[in-house]
Amino acid sequence: MEKFEKLSGIAAPLPLINVDTDMIIPKQFLKTIKRSGLGVNLFDEMRYDDDGREIPDFVLNKPQYRDAQILVAGDNFGCGSSREHAPWAIKDFGIRCVIAPSYADIFYNNCFKNGILPIALPQDQVDVLMKEAEKGANARIEVDLEAQTVSTSEGQVFSFEVDAFKKHCLLEGLDDIGLTLAKADAIDSFEARAAQERPWV
Amino acid sequence: MSPKTLYDKIWDAHLAHEAEDGTCLLYIDRHLVHEVTSPQAFEGLRMANRTVRAPDKTIAVPDHNVPTTPDRVKGIENPESRIQVEALDKNAEDFGIHYYPVNDVRQGIVHIVGPEQGWTLPGMTVVCGDSHTATHGAFGALAHGIGTSEVEHVLATQTLIQRKGKNMKVEITGTLAPGVTAKDITLSVIGATGTAGGTGHVIEYCGEAIRALSMEGRMTVCNMAIEGGARAGLIAPDEVTYEYIKGRPHAPKGAQWEAALNWWKTLYSDDDAHWDKVVTLKGEEIAPVVTWGTSPEDVLPINAEVPDPSSFAGGKVDAVRRALDYMGLKPGQKLSEVEIDTVFIGSCTNGRIEDLRAAAEILKGKKIAVKRAMIVPGSGLVRAQAEEEGLADIFKEAGFEWRLAGCSMCLAMNPDQLSPGERCAATSNRNFEGRQGRGGRTHLMSPAMAAAAAVTGRLTDIREMM
Repeated sequence: MEKFEKLSGIAAPLPLINVDTDMIIPKQFLKTIKRSGLGVNLFDEMRYDDDGREIPDFVLNKPQYRDAQILVAGDNFGCGSSREHAPWAIKDFGIRCVIAPSYADIFYNNCFKNGILPIALPQDQVDVLMKEAEKGANARIEVDLEAQTVSTSEGQVFSFEVDAFKKHCLLEGLDDIGLTLAKADAIDSFEARAAQERPWV
Repeated sequence: MSPKTLYDKIWDAHLAHEAEDGTCLLYIDRHLVHEVTSPQAFEGLRMANRTVRAPDKTIAVPDHNVPTTPDRVKGIENPESRIQVEALDKNAEDFGIHYYPVNDVRQGIVHIVGPEQGWTLPGMTVVCGDSHTATHGAFGALAHGIGTSEVEHVLATQTLIQRKGKNMKVEITGTLAPGVTAKDITLSVIGATGTAGGTGHVIEYCGEAIRALSMEGRMTVCNMAIEGGARAGLIAPDEVTYEYIKGRPHAPKGAQWEAALNWWKTLYSDDDAHWDKVVTLKGEEIAPVVTWGTSPEDVLPINAEVPDPSSFAGGKVDAVRRALDYMGLKPGQKLSEVEIDTVFIGSCTNGRIEDLRAAAEILKGKKIAVKRAMIVPGSGLVRAQAEEEGLADIFKEAGFEWRLAGCSMCLAMNPDQLSPGERCAATSNRNFEGRQGRGGRTHLMSPAMAAAAAVTGRLTDIREMM
């Protein structure tokens, strides 16, 4: 997995609540058997019209946000299905960090498996960052995972919480499966015990 | 010993390892797999030269993008869908996992097949790369959706890296009024708590009205826990649960059944267990409901009116304005006057035999007054049973298309989709923008309400037809 340490980039504002995974990546793009190439279809139905032409008003189609690396959004971001295609599409577009007041659990988890940092901040701080994001290329937002801070170009600094294990894995780019397989003994002994206690399973 | 909730008990029984920082490895008893969220996981195993650790606990079935028209026996026309299903065929064979291929009579929606075949049992941990895995919680199992990276993790290790969630109790007291169903309960709960009300929590549904539900109804309730933000929703097992399980192909038999039963009877929340959040609804006050917007929390009794965006607060004002625009509705409009083009009855929420019986009861001797209507049974066995009971004839005579099993128009990955502006009464679980097809307008409701809408051509109060 790609490491995440620090990021300084343009943030795209998406001031909507309940952005669901069907919005992030509509179902017709789930037919792939790969993880890559979904960036072009990120927010497809909001981004393109019925004939596949770009809708100029949509934030990621505006010239100043085409290279956005951060997305600032409303409450309950990523609700809906478990499709990991949502973070795959976000990452493939080039966005490495999402900032919102809250996230749906499955989406939140999926981000960390893909080198994306989802940051939850109180609504008033997200409001400040949303205003910053609206300045486009004139305002870069800095994210420092080690220090757990988000900074605006005007020097405001917000601290965020992140699970210590998830942070460690993201900073080091660690593969979960490799880490768990190192605990194979614990799994073996659990399995042996469970087979005694609940043989019908 | 300190008092525990049902969730606490299942969690403790599956804890394979706990690190000093509190990160846990939770052992997984059943891993359900479908064609859409698994190909990248199997590919990951191959690339790392890994195997499936517990193939006997891994069950696969294609459901999301299989066509549901009778001609699918000749093969899947859409090349991308075909490749995904063929990939699952091959992965199931290569890795030696249990498999119900597309033309097996037992094929169907993964969350209907699991319980039907007796794979899902009380006290188990069940995961699947699908958010509606919460369905299996109806058996008193801890069941939730996972992403594809976690699918790969479970395939390789039979565990998940987890932190324990919080406990939330949702109690439905009393009895339901006539015409009110499990679907109305689960939608009303989401209406009361919001789509993020359960985030970070595992919900336990309890109370007299929940106890009175059949297993089918309980599955409908738990299915939509995720729409309330909770990854898992569960209901303590009881005689109704044991009765449903007994004799199913993969249910324990003989002495094992007795041993299992003894353990299952310990699976309930202790009286003085700690709850982080409690929500109580009175069963008598729940009405038949429909959704009017583009979030499952946008739900109202059928005799209500479309709300005004200005009656909401915060980000919801703009969200409602956007939703009404998308849905083509005006504030103050009576919901019971909204005309419907299409009716879809099916999905992991409402594609079981009891749902079909409820629809048939309304449709018997009637004709549809909508442009198109389809019934998609949740599994091949549900379909066979509905044919045996004569329900299929009622549907066909009413003008419904009678389909083969699959997820179908719930998420519209297969050819069953809405056109822009097409308005659908659906028994599925999500009314998101574009969910059933680009520009499609979805109203969620119970099977009986969807059947009533098919007959009248508008959203209809089921109580008027009883």
